[in-house]
Amino acid sequence: MVLEMKGIQKSFADLSVLKDISLQVDSGEVVSIIGPSGSGKSTLLRCATFLERIDAGEIRYLGEPAATTSAQGAAEYVSAGQMRKMKQHFGLVFQQFNLFPHYSVLKNIMDAPVHVQKRPKEEVRAEAEELLKKMDLSHRADAYPCQLSGGQQQRVAIARALAMKPAILFFDEPTSALDPELTGEVLKVIRQLAEEKMTMVVVTHEMPFARAVSNRVIFMDGGVIVEQGDPEQVFGSPSQERTRQFLRNYQQ
Amino acid sequence: MSWSTMLLTMGGGMLRTCAIFFLTLLFSMPLGMIVMLLRRSRIPVVQWIMKIYIAVMRGTPLMLQLLAWYFGPYYLFGWSIRGYRFTAIIIGFSMNYAAYFAEIYRAGIEAIPDGQYEAADVLGYSKAQTFFKIILPQVIKTILPAVTNEVITLVKDTSLAFALAYNEMFALAKQIAASQTSFTPYIVAGVFYFIANYVVAFVMERIEKAFDYYR
Repeated sequence: MVLEMKGIQKSFADLSVLKDISLQVDSGEVVSIIGPSGSGKSTLLRCATFLERIDAGEIRYLGEPAATTSAQGAAEYVSAGQMRKMKQHFGLVFQQFNLFPHYSVLKNIMDAPVHVQKRPKEEVRAEAEELLKKMDLSHRADAYPCQLSGGQQQRVAIARALAMKPAILFFDEPTSALDPELTGEVLKVIRQLAEEKMTMVVVTHEMPFARAVSNRVIFMDGGVIVEQGDPEQVFGSPSQERTRQFLRNYQQ
Repeated sequence: MSWSTMLLTMGGGMLRTCAIFFLTLLFSMPLGMIVMLLRRSRIPVVQWIMKIYIAVMRGTPLMLQLLAWYFGPYYLFGWSIRGYRFTAIIIGFSMNYAAYFAEIYRAGIEAIPDGQYEAADVLGYSKAQTFFKIILPQVIKTILPAVTNEVITLVKDTSLAFALAYNEMFALAKQIAASQTSFTPYIVAGVFYFIANYVVAFVMERIEKAFDYYR
C-alpha cells in the first residue's frame, strides 16, 4: 500500500472540513476524487502532502507513519527531518502550476533532483530531457514559464514532479485553470501515466476523464466520503441519492 | 575665489558625500533585511519592537535623528567621544534607511504567491533553499523600482549631514556661497546631485533589464 490515511479530521477555526476520512491507495492504482467545491477534496490532498496538518487521524507512506493519533486525540507528526525524507515519496501538481518563473523549463525540472536529492547533474539532465520528450516539450527546454501556454506550463509541472521519482503523484484540479481547448493535452499526459501504472490520486471536475482513467472513484461531500467504487458503478448506478444529484447537475 | 579653488574645495566635499552615500547603502541594505525578518517574526514582542522602530525612523525627521545620534551620548550619559562625528552620521543614516528598506523588502516578500512556497515545500527544499533560491530572486525583481526611489532620495539626503557640521559637499557650497556672496556654488551642487542621480537611475535601469527575462 503506497498511501494509507485513516480517520482524518481537519478543521479551520470552527469549520470542520474533513470528518473522519479514510483513504488507501495501492501501487499502480488511479483514484479520482470528485465532489462539489467546498467538499474537502483539495484539503484532503493538502493534508496528504503535508501542506496542512491534520487534527486527528493517521497518515502512512509505504507503511511508514508520518502522523499518528493516540487515544487522547491530537495528531502527532514525526520529526521535521523524517517528514522531509517522506516528501520524496510523493509529488503534487497544482491547479495554478506554481512553476518557478525565474527558472527555465529545464531548470524547473532539474533543480530539486540535483539540489534536494543530490543526484548527479548529468544523470538528472538525461532524465529531464526524456521527461520533456514524453511531455512533447523538448523544443521548449530553454523557455521560461511566462513564454508557455497554460497547458504547456502544467505539463512542465507534471515533469517537475515526476523527476523526483515519487511513488505516488497527486493532482489538485490540474485542468481547472486551463482554457477548455488546453485541457485535453494535460489529460492526455495523465492518461498516458495511468497506462504506465503510475500511482495517482486526481481531484478533478472532468467527469468523463475520471470515468475513463480511474480504477476507483471517490465522491466527497461535506467533508465525508459519500460513495466510492468502480467508476462504472459510481457514474453508472450510484447508490447514494447525493451522488445522483451531483452527477445530474453535471450533465445539465 | 577662482573657479578652480571653488571646484577643488567642493570636490573634497563630493568625496565625503560619496562616502556617506556608499557606507549608508552598505550598512542599511543588509540591516533592513534583518529588520524585515524580525518584523515578520512570530514572536509578538519582537514584532512590536520592530514596528515601533520603523514608526520612529519614518515618523521623525532624519535631521533630528542625526542630532540625536551625535549629541545623545553626551546628554544622556555624559560621554564625549572623540572623532565620533562621521560615525554618528553613518549610524544615523543607516538606521533610518534600514527602516525604509525593511518595508520595501517586506512588500516584496508579501507579493510572492503562497504557491511558490508550497511548490518548494512539496519538492523538499529546505527553508534556506526556498528563501535563497526561489523567493529572494523574485523579491529582488519586484522591489527594484522602489529601491531605485530610495537610493535617489539618499543621494539628496546626504546634504543633511551639514546639521552635524560635517563638510560634505552641500555644507561647503553654503559656506562658499555665503563668503563669496555668490549663487554659483549652489548651481554646482545642483548639477552634482543631478548627475549622480542620473547615474543611479541608469545603473538601476540596467539591473532591471537584467531581470527582464521572466515575468
